[in-house]
Amino acid sequence: MSIALRTLLYKEVLRFWKVGFQTVGAPVLTALLYLLVFSHVLDRHVEVYGGVSYAAFLVPGLVMMSLLQNAFSNSSSSLIQSKVTGNIVFVLLAPISYREFYAAYVLAAVIRGLVVGAGVWLVTLWFVELPYAHPLWILFFATLGGAILASLGVIAGIWADKFDQLAAFQNFVVMPLTFLSGVFYSIHSLPAFWQTVSHVNPFFYMIDGFRYGFFGQSDVSPWISALVAGGSFVALTYATLNMLARGYKLRS
Amino acid sequence: MSISDPSAALLIDGVCKRYGSLQALDHVSLTVRQGEFFGLLGPNGAGKTTLISLLAGLGRADSGVIRVMGHDVVAGYRDARRNLGVVPQELVFDPFFTVRETLRIQSGYFGLRRNDDWIDEILHHLDLHTKAEVNMRALSGGMKRRVLVAQALVHRPPVIVLDEPTAGVDVELRQGLWAFVRDLNRQGHTIVLTTHYLEEAESLCGRIAMLKQGRVIALDNTTSLLARPIHQTLRLRLRGDIALPADLRAVARATADGRVALALENADAVSACLARLHAAGVGLEEIELVRPDLEDIFISIMREAA
Ligand SMILES: Nc1ncnc2c1ncn2[C@@H]1O[C@H](COP(=O)(O)OP(=O)(O)O)[C@@H](O)[C@H]1O
Ligand SMILES: [Mg+2]
Repeated sequence: MSIALRTLLYKEVLRFWKVGFQTVGAPVLTALLYLLVFSHVLDRHVEVYGGVSYAAFLVPGLVMMSLLQNAFSNSSSSLIQSKVTGNIVFVLLAPISYREFYAAYVLAAVIRGLVVGAGVWLVTLWFVELPYAHPLWILFFATLGGAILASLGVIAGIWADKFDQLAAFQNFVVMPLTFLSGVFYSIHSLPAFWQTVSHVNPFFYMIDGFRYGFFGQSDVSPWISALVAGGSFVALTYATLNMLARGYKLRS
Repeated sequence: MSISDPSAALLIDGVCKRYGSLQALDHVSLTVRQGEFFGLLGPNGAGKTTLISLLAGLGRADSGVIRVMGHDVVAGYRDARRNLGVVPQELVFDPFFTVRETLRIQSGYFGLRRNDDWIDEILHHLDLHTKAEVNMRALSGGMKRRVLVAQALVHRPPVIVLDEPTAGVDVELRQGLWAFVRDLNRQGHTIVLTTHYLEEAESLCGRIAMLKQGRVIALDNTTSLLARPIHQTLRLRLRGDIALPADLRAVARATADGRVALALENADAVSACLARLHAAGVGLEEIELVRPDLEDIFISIMREAA
């Protein structure tokens, strides 16, 4: 890792860490509220896997949802802030390649996602006891899911010229895809049509694979989920690097 | 010296840049030699900032070649950028960090890890050492401007470009800044500067390029520019509020001290002008004939190019 890449990564991590109350504390609290409300209200109404309580089922979904949203939020909001305030120029003036640029923003966002995800997991330990059937799958899907959303965040942050465009991207793309991915339910409990729809949502595979790491059971095989998530990451990385190489909206 | 001189600090050859239907730069060619103090002048919108952003790699030229210390800004961007320090025109900063953090991070971007000795030296020269641990948000505009200068210097670039560094800056800071930049030039750094204050350019720059609507309309030593046999400048203080005759208004401008300056061909034109004024009934309180300064030259060149 070059010094330039390490510095940009360090700067990006320091940026969210300095305001950790908002960037880590707030999403952990939100996830906790979801857990308290949903697990209480839905416990008897939602059918999940045999032998797994609804609250236990919900926790990995919440961890992953928070992780994904915060990874997206980190790269996208950092980029749009730097663009709007103009301080992106300091990075653009430096001898940093577009690949290093991409790597730094994605890695920092993955770290933010993992820190928030770990935070949610830690506070929910008080309420729910979880099995850990395949810890490596847990780490694999957490990291890959974070990287996918980080990449999407880079695209959104570069594309958006204003904060409301970014908010639209978040509200109309990221939120629906996360909510409809099986965070709150097993898709087997859905009508056939919605099951089919869920299967074309890449977020579903990240959450399903992540959950497999805990319970050893899931809606689809973790290998299929790994393939879909891996493929999504490769495709997004390719698209983002292409954008950066052309200097789209950054080097006009 | 040829345009392709490999030892040039900056080589700009046939550079064009278009924004939609606007031709921001139109076949700009110029060379800045190592060690020069070079001025880039022109009215607002002439394309100075656009040219700087192309040499810094912040934008890409539609055509033409730009090299910094021999390195192409596209193909050899890493070396080109290592050799270049740019002070941007806009007062930008990152509100998350202190002055020292900002400078350490900027050093890191250039691959420099333990750079604190040099950072302290820059801070000292720019009178920023007492602000090292202060958050960027808490600094005044002038202080932020100094940090921008410091950021451009962390990697000791041989070529330093300052885009209107004294716009909106108080006199004291301006003088301090120029003393510092002059020192850097004496130590061998090449300096390129754009400014609105023509008297600054006149006293600092050895050579000057004038840009208008994306084209270089003059490129010469400052002394040669000033020695142009263009005209005499007649400065008048008018009595009352009688307007100048229309033909004279075309060569007149108002000066900062409320007088009228007229750029005239020669001594005959001066006496003809005075006769015209007398005939038109314009009363005069004061008459002065002066050597043209850079501003007069600038205005006359801009007019010739119109
Ligand atoms: N990103 C841009 N998009 C569209 N037009 C631009 C852009 N940047 C500069 N311009 C236009 O290009 C011209 C030159 O601008 P600029 O280089 O900033 O001039 P100067 O620095 O000499 O005042 C101006 O007309 C300006 O409006
Ligand atoms: Mg400008």
